[in-house]
Amino acid sequence: MNPADLSSQPSPWINQPGPDFEIVISSRVRLARNLEGYEFKPCLSAQRQNEILEILTPALLSLDQKLYYIDVDKIAAVERELLAERYLISPAHVRGKGPRGVAIAEEENFSAMINEEDHLRMQAYAPGLQLKACLDRVNQIDDQIEKKVRFAFHPRFGYLTACPTNLGTGIRVSVMLHLPGLKMTGQIDKFFAAARDCNLAVRGAFGEGSETVGDFYQLSNQVTLGVAEAEVVSNFTEKIVPKIVEYERAARQTLIEQSPYVVDDKIQRALGVLRNARLISSQEALVLLSQVRLGVHIGRIFEIQVSKINNLFFHLQPAHLQMRAGKSLDPDQRDSFRAQVIRKALSPN
Amino acid sequence: MQCQNCKNQTATIHLTEITNGNRTETHLCQTCAQKQGLAVQTQIPLNELLSTLLSAQPEATGEDSTPQEEKACPRCGMTLRRFSKETLLGCPQDYEVFEKNLLPLIQRTHNGNTEHCGKTPSSVGPEQDKQIQLAALRRQLDVALRNEQYETAARLRDQIRNLQ
Repeated sequence: MNPADLSSQPSPWINQPGPDFEIVISSRVRLARNLEGYEFKPCLSAQRQNEILEILTPALLSLDQKLYYIDVDKIAAVERELLAERYLISPAHVRGKGPRGVAIAEEENFSAMINEEDHLRMQAYAPGLQLKACLDRVNQIDDQIEKKVRFAFHPRFGYLTACPTNLGTGIRVSVMLHLPGLKMTGQIDKFFAAARDCNLAVRGAFGEGSETVGDFYQLSNQVTLGVAEAEVVSNFTEKIVPKIVEYERAARQTLIEQSPYVVDDKIQRALGVLRNARLISSQEALVLLSQVRLGVHIGRIFEIQVSKINNLFFHLQPAHLQMRAGKSLDPDQRDSFRAQVIRKALSPN
Repeated sequence: MQCQNCKNQTATIHLTEITNGNRTETHLCQTCAQKQGLAVQTQIPLNELLSTLLSAQPEATGEDSTPQEEKACPRCGMTLRRFSKETLLGCPQDYEVFEKNLLPLIQRTHNGNTEHCGKTPSSVGPEQDKQIQLAALRRQLDVALRNEQYETAARLRDQIRNLQ
């Protein structure tokens, strides 16, 4: 698999239908594991990092499903960025040093990073609210790998991780939510408060450290010790997320009923700017695309398919733009090229 | 609803007090409530926790005169001082070497939990796996009883009985 080949297409799974996909964009489950007998990242020499790669890569490539291996240390910086924009590797893996890699499923709905913060981080993705399916997949792969290697495990603390915040199950469950209704009706603070009460973290669309832009929020668990994997998942799928979906739906309904002109104005202006801008930053584009996405889902915009918007989320990002242009672009050139890509995608004809 | 104090943020903390039959209501945002000591931040950032990790340690006593923060793991050389800066441990053994120091941190980041429950590697073997699950269930039972959640407690007791 060549990273450059990915840039012209969106992630294959993102446009498949998923439950509640108009609000829950995607689901992700990640497991963190470390090899027994090996130091954690801060104390690993390059030699030991190579040994870990030599143990884990063949284990991953001999699974019952085909994975493609990419040597993250060797590829170009822009290719690393591209993989991160597609959620196949983390920003930390982009910035990382030394021998490290990633094994990726062809559909891009599974990836396993080697030598990130932990020796092995496996993650499965699905569109809409499908955390159970993600857990099953990643768990089944974990079972297969465990037949070949020994993971660091402690009878009291469970799976040992480099950072104590991932200790125990090593599970991180997250959903990407689109909540423009709650934002526009001034109820988004309730969502933050509820997340806090449930010990959940809210982040921007691009993970750790990213700001929330365009009403996209990533919600994830923080407690990984003392709660079984299935319980973390069922908390999300049965209790937390359905409530949020219900409130967001109600908020959208309120908007349509109580201030249809205000909503229409906002949505149509957003579409107008996207269709006509000659320079646009990724931040502005995300904010406007968020409004257009809302317009499509509440039946105020008919001629645009939601898949077009989903695709743009990938294509308007810096590495995707540069790969598509076939050369490196400075920020001004990117704003210009981004506007061009968006105009083409959303043109009425 | 606006925060009564800063008149800027949305009020998320609503306090009703009844003193001598008089009812007063206070509506504050999270930040102002925290300043007035009315609310606690439920999730403490890891960095803050780590900075208290060293300061809160009791002085080393007796034969071992090495300061806590300089004590190093014999296997990887990690010290608490380095850990508190980098937030990552050096090797699996650190969890035993620094267990006492890490325990309060683990407890606070995991909602009071200090024992694993969930998946165990197949290498662990069925008997040890059972013991791990039992320990976790007993701990949950304790919590349920303490919080007077008797329905949950009954369910847990059944689970324990089935496992034994």
